[in-house]
Amino acid sequence: MLYFSDLLQYSDVFFSGLMTTVLLTVLTTFLGIALGTSCAAIRQYGNKASQSVVAVYVEIIRNTPFIVQLFFIFFGLPSLGMKLSPWEASMIALTINLGAYSTEIIRAGLGSISKGQMEAAKVLGLSFCQTLTRVIFTPAFEKIYPALTSQCIIVMLGSAVISQISVEDLTYAANLVQSRNFRAFESYFVTALLYLGLSILLRFAFNTVGKRLFAYRSTQ
Amino acid sequence: MIEFTNYDILRNLLFATQWTIVLSFAAFIGGSSVALALTALRLTRNATVQKVVRIYVELFQGTPLLMQMFLCFFGLSMLGYEISAWGAAILSLTLFTSAFLVEIWRGCIDTLPKGQREASRCLGLSFLQTLRYIILPQAIRVATPPTVGFSVQVIKGTALASVIGFVELTKVGTMLNNATFEPFKVFTLVALIYFLLCYPLSWYSKTLEKKFNVSR
Repeated sequence: MLYFSDLLQYSDVFFSGLMTTVLLTVLTTFLGIALGTSCAAIRQYGNKASQSVVAVYVEIIRNTPFIVQLFFIFFGLPSLGMKLSPWEASMIALTINLGAYSTEIIRAGLGSISKGQMEAAKVLGLSFCQTLTRVIFTPAFEKIYPALTSQCIIVMLGSAVISQISVEDLTYAANLVQSRNFRAFESYFVTALLYLGLSILLRFAFNTVGKRLFAYRSTQ
Repeated sequence: MIEFTNYDILRNLLFATQWTIVLSFAAFIGGSSVALALTALRLTRNATVQKVVRIYVELFQGTPLLMQMFLCFFGLSMLGYEISAWGAAILSLTLFTSAFLVEIWRGCIDTLPKGQREASRCLGLSFLQTLRYIILPQAIRVATPPTVGFSVQVIKGTALASVIGFVELTKVGTMLNNATFEPFKVFTLVALIYFLLCYPLSWYSKTLEKKFNVSR
């Protein structure tokens, strides 16, 4: 038999876990996309040496599991003298992870902008940074926006792993509740539904933001 | 107390890699069989069936793999079904893999012109014959690069089985870390082994994609 009502008294535990997951997701989305954008710009316009550094970073992150990256940062780095709290470690791991994936995605967007735009901007006297921010980025991001946002959602779901280094996120809450009342199925089922709701909500939020960001399309 | 030499660490990790590989294969085979069945169901144009498949995909893509594993391992045993860590890992990875492969393959089949399906219908081919002789040969070509690419995600997904106590590469990594207190060395090696497993597949997927784009 299932007893979902047993979970009600722990609703505050679930809520605070949910808030931690949301907060971490929002922070790492911004930081990760910022990191990915800079790396993509380097990969597209940088010199040979910096290009290969970024390529190595991207390939290493994309070809190793997130949980190993997390353990490496949380357990491995302190032995080099970098002491990190669970929160800091998971922030860094999530940002680095999203950064690598978004580098590849954003680079595809930058590559889709025709060269003429770059040349035209140069002729008009825009500096390199101005060209990027005022000419290239908006259409480039518009092209890859769906891929980028679904990667952000994937990273949010992947963040469930940070409960393993005792960050008190939603999964941690589920583990805590099921160790208190032994309602494992109910606890994990409700948590899975909360994650599902969160990912649907995130997609909705991204769509709304996307419509605002790329509103210039509809006015044309 | 047992001393662990570098050789011991590497030997144990390589031994555990076997289980990562076995689990990856099992999950991939299980996942693609389920995905194949679901893709065929999706093509039947029955609205209810399509909706069910869509909910299935949404459910397993929209929840963390870790949560699916917990549900399969702790949840099912609480409901009275005895399940080993091995069984729970395979079950959850199969569900996870199939949900993504259905979506990938749907995209591939959608690139084929719809007229072909209609034409084969007019020529009197049955649904299964259309699938076998018209759709599959073309779809396989389009679907191979992204499917190989996704197999990397499956290998990385198996790392989560360590959390429910299945002894594979990551689990042995944490065990060795507890025994040796040399996390930097151990996790570098673990990451390196995963990289050596995954990178060839990523590379192969990219090469296939290029080859396919040239022929188009």
